[in-house]
Amino acid sequence: MSTTGKPLAAVLVAGALAISLAGCASGTPGPAASGSASEVPKPSGTITVFAAASLKATFTKLASDFEAKNPGTKITLNFAGSSDLVTQITQGAPADVFASADTKNMTKLSDAKLIDGTASNFATNVLEIAVPPSNPASISSFSDLAKPGVKVVVCAPQVPCGAATDKVEQATGTTLTPVSEESSVTDVLGKVVSGEADAGLVYVTDVKTAGDKVKGIPFAESDKAVNTYPIATVGTSRNKDLAAAFVATVTGSEGKKVLNDAGFGTP
Amino acid sequence: MTFHLDATLAARGFEVSLSLAPAETVAILGPNGAGKSTLLAIIAGLLRPDTGKASIGDRILFDLAGNANIWNAPHTRGTALMAQEALLFPHLSALDNVAFGPRSAGASSAEARATAMHWLTEVDAGSLASRRPGQLSGGQAQRIAVARALAADPELLLLDEPMAALDIHAAPLLRRLLKRVLAGRTAIIITHDILDAFMLADRVIVLEEGRISEEGPTRDVLERPRSRFAAGLAGLNLVTGTVNGHGITTAQGQFVAGHSADTIASGQDGVAAFPPSAVSVFLTEEHGSPRNSFRVAITDLEPHGDQIRVHAGGLSADITPAASADLGLAPGMTVYFVIKAAAIAIYPA
Amino acid sequence: MNRRSGSGYTGIPAWIYAIASAGALFVLLPLVAMVAKVNWPQFIPLITSESSLTALGLSLRTSAGSTALCIIFGVPLALVLARTPFPGQRLLRAFVLLPLVLPPVVGGIALLYTFGRQGLLGKNLELAGIQIAFSTTAVVLAQTFVALPFLVVSLEGALRTAGNKYEAVAATLGARPTTVLRRVTIPLVLPGLASGAVLSFARSLGEFGATLTFAGSLQGVTRTLPLEIYLQRETDADAAVALSLVLVAVAVAVVGLSYRRRHTGAAPEGAAK
Repeated sequence: MSTTGKPLAAVLVAGALAISLAGCASGTPGPAASGSASEVPKPSGTITVFAAASLKATFTKLASDFEAKNPGTKITLNFAGSSDLVTQITQGAPADVFASADTKNMTKLSDAKLIDGTASNFATNVLEIAVPPSNPASISSFSDLAKPGVKVVVCAPQVPCGAATDKVEQATGTTLTPVSEESSVTDVLGKVVSGEADAGLVYVTDVKTAGDKVKGIPFAESDKAVNTYPIATVGTSRNKDLAAAFVATVTGSEGKKVLNDAGFGTP
Repeated sequence: MTFHLDATLAARGFEVSLSLAPAETVAILGPNGAGKSTLLAIIAGLLRPDTGKASIGDRILFDLAGNANIWNAPHTRGTALMAQEALLFPHLSALDNVAFGPRSAGASSAEARATAMHWLTEVDAGSLASRRPGQLSGGQAQRIAVARALAADPELLLLDEPMAALDIHAAPLLRRLLKRVLAGRTAIIITHDILDAFMLADRVIVLEEGRISEEGPTRDVLERPRSRFAAGLAGLNLVTGTVNGHGITTAQGQFVAGHSADTIASGQDGVAAFPPSAVSVFLTEEHGSPRNSFRVAITDLEPHGDQIRVHAGGLSADITPAASADLGLAPGMTVYFVIKAAAIAIYPA
Repeated sequence: MNRRSGSGYTGIPAWIYAIASAGALFVLLPLVAMVAKVNWPQFIPLITSESSLTALGLSLRTSAGSTALCIIFGVPLALVLARTPFPGQRLLRAFVLLPLVLPPVVGGIALLYTFGRQGLLGKNLELAGIQIAFSTTAVVLAQTFVALPFLVVSLEGALRTAGNKYEAVAATLGARPTTVLRRVTIPLVLPGLASGAVLSFARSLGEFGATLTFAGSLQGVTRTLPLEIYLQRETDADAAVALSLVLVAVAVAVVGLSYRRRHTGAAPEGAAK
């Protein structure tokens, strides 16, 4: 019986519940069983989706759209770092769907025999340089980041965006000397937004979400490090039908549209 | 050097003006709350009066009179304060405690310790030099506190009931010590014990409710008191009034006959003093040679040595236990206090 | 229950022991669970790796530095709060204790707004060529910010209890205020000061949120042990647990050592009355 994962999971689930309740406040409970014909039996019930932090905006939208289309369903969302989510699931946190920011973490879960079937890749993400709107260090390319005196912040190699950064460094032969290696891409973005850093390496989707708080500078070598996002139903799920239905939405055309709009690529 | 003080502190109803001649020791007597500790605190610089002025010789301690605003900090005044509690610094040895004053004045560690040893020997505490305050008895600690105060070489020594916390064995020892060291020093000592006043003080000041009610040479005040408190300390009954021939007339119109050492002019304020042992207690009004009879209601009876002291109407009478039992005395009873005129001393207030 | 002969009356009802045991268990069981998860064969290599040792060294150095700063600023603050009444004192005390309730991340953000490149003071410091963010100085500042209240509270309590009667005596013996502080006040509250310093050190050692937000995370410069653990848990849970154990051991050692010193050290308080 674990003692570390459960309390944390409970708090996060409560938090996600609050978030999703706010999002679903306008959802109306639909008619019970009023015989409107449909192609397949409508899924119902509640599921919990554990998704990587970078999927927050897109999955929140997909979940609320799903609930609107399928009255009587409820989707609780839990966003955190991918490895944190894996820890929680392996320690017994109740999850029905898992969407990871990289394949490494999904593999951890499948090695532990905790997913149903195989995972499907539903999105890709590449890195982009984020600078403050005034671009004080005049960055225009990846190699500019290695200029002396530039304060660049990156993710630590242990997290997916950091691993991607490493790959780009190796591919371009440019070694960066960052002033800080953060444990989450949100922290990297935060340091750029606050003006502490001259530049940061974040995902394309993060730049889009930040709006006009940062200026995005795409660079050609970003395709050398593509992060693939897989999604799968968790083996211990109690509502595999609903879980599968949601996974289908994400991997289907509707999901693709929402993800592309946010800046994700198609695998 | 002469010490002068004027000070007023309205919040405590305090208004005092006094002087000390060089090398004079003055005892301050008074009931609790009279302002005795306030007086010492003001002199030492720990309490700020509303207005006033104090000086030792040429050195001004404070001057708040009129528009002046001179207030010297305690450490510049040359006044060392000794309290009922020895208040030896717990983290220093006895020697280092005594050396504290000289060290603060700038002496080197060695010099200060030498001075400290000298004073410790003076107070017969040389063998206690290396002990910590926690290892000393009350009497020993007070002796070392005396040494500490003297080692600071003060121009004015202030003692606040130094014997109060000591038991009957330690108090006389300290009293003898103080008699020795206070000779030749200017000092003010607060005390409840007239033995202290007799042994140590040249002059006595009685403080009541923040004001001086009586002052004078020790024997004068304690043998012919003019204030109720001093009379109480001296163990005498006191009745105040206006001098009228060989007696006084009280404010209530009663005539008290007595005798006086020399003739006193009538009309001025005077007091009649008599010891409780001179008072007889009667259940009814008696007519005989005693000329003074007071009708009083008994408020209290208490053992006093081998006698019973009867408190009634602000006066006291000492009678034998047998007599008290025979008369069946009890609080609330009305009795007559009768005193021979020959036992009552009359003198001007 | 056996009563040892020679022991006295404690005045504690029996059921108190039951609740106290539950409380102790609540704190100890998670530690036991953590120790049980440690990968013992790998323990030594994990905690002696370059990144671990660097992080530990950085943590110890910065915590020592911030404890020193806490003493330098905390002692005068505690003295003023305990000994000199002035209007608004209660308000000042409330603000000084604010870092105790503020989430450390919020504290880090506040520090950023002050010392960051575009912060209140940071702007001028930048012009002077002094850059605080992303430096070890920032780590020390973050730790001092969260640990200062511990020292102030501990010391203020001790100062209030001690009262100022010894200081008054010292003054009448001719000691200047600075001498009184040096030779009377501080020595008498040394136990309170020591325990406050120990608490500050322990708090600095465990500081995470403010450091992360304000100083960043770079090995050898700003990645203290808590930040290293946070990072390691992404990939190597064994390393994270092992390092956590190291942190716990250091804290226990520091607190345990100081507790012993307090009981065998300074002269007993309270002179003979």
